[in-house]
Amino acid sequence: MRVTNLRKLAVLVAAGTLVLAGCGSSDDSGSGAYEGPLQDTPGTINVLAWPGYAEDGTNDPNVDWVTPFEEATGCTVNVKTYGTSDEAVQLMQGGGYDVISASGDASLRLIYGGDLQPVNLDLIPNYVDIFDNLKDRPWNTVDGKNYGVPHGRGANVLQYTLGKVTPEPTSWSVVWEPNSPAKGKITAYDSAIYIADAAVYLMATKPELGITDPYALDQDQFDAAMALLEQQKPLIAEYWSDYTKYIGAVQSGSITVGTSWQVIANVLNGEKATVGAVKPVEGATGWSDTWMISSKTEAIDCAYKWLNHIITPNVNAQAAEYFGEAPANSKACALTANPDHCNLYHAEETDYWSNVYYWKTPTEDCLDGRTDVKCVPYSEWVKAWSSFRNK
Amino acid sequence: MIKSAQHFLNRHVKTRAALLLSLPLGWMIVIYLGALFALFLTSIWKIDTFTSDVIREFTLENFTDVFTDRAYFNVTIRTLMVAISVTLICAVIAIPMAFYMARIAKPSNRPILVALVLTPLWASYLVKVYAWRTMFYPESGFLQWLISPLGGKSPGFGMIAVIIGLTYLWLPYMVLPIYAGMEKLPSSVLDASADLGAKPGRTFREVVMPITWPTIMAGSVFTFSLSMGDYITVQILGGTFQMLGNVVYQNFSLNLPFAAAVSLIPVIIMMIYLAGIRKTGALNNL
Repeated sequence: MRVTNLRKLAVLVAAGTLVLAGCGSSDDSGSGAYEGPLQDTPGTINVLAWPGYAEDGTNDPNVDWVTPFEEATGCTVNVKTYGTSDEAVQLMQGGGYDVISASGDASLRLIYGGDLQPVNLDLIPNYVDIFDNLKDRPWNTVDGKNYGVPHGRGANVLQYTLGKVTPEPTSWSVVWEPNSPAKGKITAYDSAIYIADAAVYLMATKPELGITDPYALDQDQFDAAMALLEQQKPLIAEYWSDYTKYIGAVQSGSITVGTSWQVIANVLNGEKATVGAVKPVEGATGWSDTWMISSKTEAIDCAYKWLNHIITPNVNAQAAEYFGEAPANSKACALTANPDHCNLYHAEETDYWSNVYYWKTPTEDCLDGRTDVKCVPYSEWVKAWSSFRNK
Repeated sequence: MIKSAQHFLNRHVKTRAALLLSLPLGWMIVIYLGALFALFLTSIWKIDTFTSDVIREFTLENFTDVFTDRAYFNVTIRTLMVAISVTLICAVIAIPMAFYMARIAKPSNRPILVALVLTPLWASYLVKVYAWRTMFYPESGFLQWLISPLGGKSPGFGMIAVIIGLTYLWLPYMVLPIYAGMEKLPSSVLDASADLGAKPGRTFREVVMPITWPTIMAGSVFTFSLSMGDYITVQILGGTFQMLGNVVYQNFSLNLPFAAAVSLIPVIIMMIYLAGIRKTGALNNL
């Protein structure tokens, strides 16, 4: 009796090991990308996304491009949203997510950390329609290997409550200068990457500092940016990273001006126009986001199908329109509900993007190509930001 | 086989006790002390400054960062001030409340009063804090509406809002132990005090307070420790104000060892606090 039980147990353990070994072998993609062909295996993918990127109808029943995907492929999708790139990096490193919409300041950290796998673009037929100036860029391609498909891009806009901030601002000075008319009702983004926003303003107002790239700051330039943040601090009502809290604060009137995303302005203007949003004359920081696949995913087929689905012209159009950004798929422009969407977001204008500085991770080797100085790496940005916020 | 095991355990009392205790003790050591140890261990590791991966090499840099940057000294002081204020205000409100509940209210009403004190705990923490947030909105909030006719101004978001929010959240944890202590107070000592000519105020100060002091300290362990560690209320009600929990929250994603080093500060403060109040007998009243 006992012997039989033991034998059964041994068989079970052996079977379990086989299953585990089977899973292990599919992870073994460090050397190259998945070769395909894609299988019709049902599976579950956990999607890590910016809010508004993977809508399944829970926020707005009319906004849903997850359910059609689930019905068409048999893959189940769980969506988790995040508020800052730093949060995304941490969640991704913790494991358990299969695909992620990563901005440029998260993607490289994840690629070098071994959390992402190269992508075989032959398995993603919609990739051919992506705008050429988004393909093979430093934040989505490393050593000639592509790590994902571009989703969209946008600028961090200056948002102001109509009627509360007059005249309507066209310059970031309204959030930085001590004599701002909105003093005490200003908000700023609660992440170290916001230091780059200070640098963008300094590029325009203090050209003698010689900043050419807000993510490549030597110590002097960095100190100037931190001094500007110190100057701004007494003007700030709240720092934000939770966009629902931000929306509530604007509705209550405790915040009237500050850096924002177009999607936040769109939600606030849902019933009637209450806020304006502009890219100020100094330019702005911004994002260019890429869908990427975890190196540890166990649902590789579903992950590839998701990447292809999310950049399908009509899905890309819906997502870009809902979030308020420029779509990455050139054919999406013809399919937006508002036919003017791509003009509004300058999707096809190369000039517009010349003073939008996409988020990227600052490194010690200056990203602007200077070799005579060392730049302040992102880890120091984070330390400085933490110290600044708690001073 | 089960029978023989029973016989064995009947005969070997020590083995039986060891087996019985191993589960809870194991829980205590592995889950609780193990986590604290892991926290300490993490705080002496390095990180890869680019990918934020933890590198298991020894360094004391995290501690020098924490102790040499004036910002973290200031945030520790601010956190202590909030925790102490919340504890004091809770005590000032809870002592008369508990006294009324335990000694003055009709005995048949007491369970209802206890239930009323507990009702806020039935609602979600977040709901309560967000409710306070809407009340604290500087222009459109309830407090502004209440205070502005008197010529005042709502405090808005900041340290005061955090103190009020935390006081509201933790008050039941102060009321309940004091109530339990006052209920146990023998009527005879109160009567004796009155017979000897003490007015009610003096009886309260010189009889009730000394006897219930350990229960107040017990309540303060809750209010103080819960306030020390909180960061969500601070995020929602604090405006630009930050506490130690927020430092940990801001850093754990990119610099886990540094966050671990910071989180040891409240651990140390709590140890000192618990050691300090051990003498009052508060720990027997938790």
